[in-house]
Amino acid sequence: MRQPPLMNHRANSLIASDRRPATSASQLPLARVWQLLDEVLDPEVPVVSVVELGIVRDLQWQEQQLQVTLTPTYSGCPATAFIEQEILQALHQAGIADVQLHQQLAPAWTTDWISESGRNKLHDYGIAPPVGSASKRSLLGEEPVIACPQCGSEHTERVSEFGSTACKALYRCTDCLEPFDYFKCI
Amino acid sequence: MTTQHALTEYLLRLGDSDIILAQRLCEWIGNAPALEEEMALGNVALDLIGQARSWLEYAAELQGEGRSADDLSFGRNEREYRNLLITEQANGNYADTLARQYLFDAWHYYLLQALCDSKDARIAAIAAKALKEVTYHLRRSSAWVKRLGDGTDESHQKMQQAIDDIWTYSGEMLLADDIDNLLFEAGIAPDSAAIKAQWQAHVSATLEEARLDCPPMDSYMQQGGKQGLHTEQLGFLLAEMQFLPRAYPDAVW
Repeated sequence: MRQPPLMNHRANSLIASDRRPATSASQLPLARVWQLLDEVLDPEVPVVSVVELGIVRDLQWQEQQLQVTLTPTYSGCPATAFIEQEILQALHQAGIADVQLHQQLAPAWTTDWISESGRNKLHDYGIAPPVGSASKRSLLGEEPVIACPQCGSEHTERVSEFGSTACKALYRCTDCLEPFDYFKCI
Repeated sequence: MTTQHALTEYLLRLGDSDIILAQRLCEWIGNAPALEEEMALGNVALDLIGQARSWLEYAAELQGEGRSADDLSFGRNEREYRNLLITEQANGNYADTLARQYLFDAWHYYLLQALCDSKDARIAAIAAKALKEVTYHLRRSSAWVKRLGDGTDESHQKMQQAIDDIWTYSGEMLLADDIDNLLFEAGIAPDSAAIKAQWQAHVSATLEEARLDCPPMDSYMQQGGKQGLHTEQLGFLLAEMQFLPRAYPDAVW
């Protein structure tokens, strides 16, 4: 359980500060930085970017220093530290030398923040995207119909509340008989 | 007792209960009755470890001795641990594990729900995040209690025995001591009596649906974990959990 020093879960706190010699003009337009991070993929679902997942909450320039605010998905998600490293690396490769990563716990991450393009990519990858919004009702039962991402059938059943990662549940299609992951609505 | 001291103790109770139960669940990895169950147990444990880190980091900061969440997890002995006794009880058979999990999840769910309104903003933020995860834990464990309780004669008998055996450890989480009361007065922790009423309603309804007999709510309950007095189970658990960082203090990933 020893974690790299980047990991530090506070309600709203600095998790990494990395300054390297500048290799080019540092202050890229923020829209360009968003684009850059939209190419950083989630290591567990390597078709969806950290921007599409809604993990990157805010980008701000403070003079020559880029402030990045991140909200982790699940408390114990083992990909969190890896994602932080990937983000730092992508920014450095683009010539942004001075970066601070902040972690923001509240408001808590919700699947409602996954973008439309992110949902489509999940589906095409074979993961059923979250259905409905993360209201208490959908959390506490009243299972929505989860369509099979392979054949589109709505005749599916839940095999387990938990799938290959904490964010997914395991389902099975009773028509095409394929098992599939469902990205849980939280 | 200052509010800060009480708060530190309270955070240790939350974090220690999470990490000890997570360690117990991890003992199933490689041994669970089905692959899907193994994945579920591992994921529940992972959520709890993440939550423990959030609580213990906060506790370590309040202690102000420069310790990390890892230092607290791997460097304290039994008497310094503040986890609930229920979380350290052995896994037993699968019904035992699920009975322990369900009774804990039901309390955990209502506690976190109430902590979302804590006057301590950091506690409220951690609780709001953890509540989303624990909602799934409770859904899963209560479904299993019903499935086994209302299943075959053998599964029913084992589930009933499991509930009866763990019952004496279920009262500690509902009982308030000076620390709970002081933090309730300060608006940081919830009213234990309210959590108790919600827990009892959930448990009696679930057991009834599972065709299981609910043991008396007012029966004798073991306690002491919150004050650092543990059953003999905890020492063995810590010996395994802490071996590596104690034997190789400089080891890193």
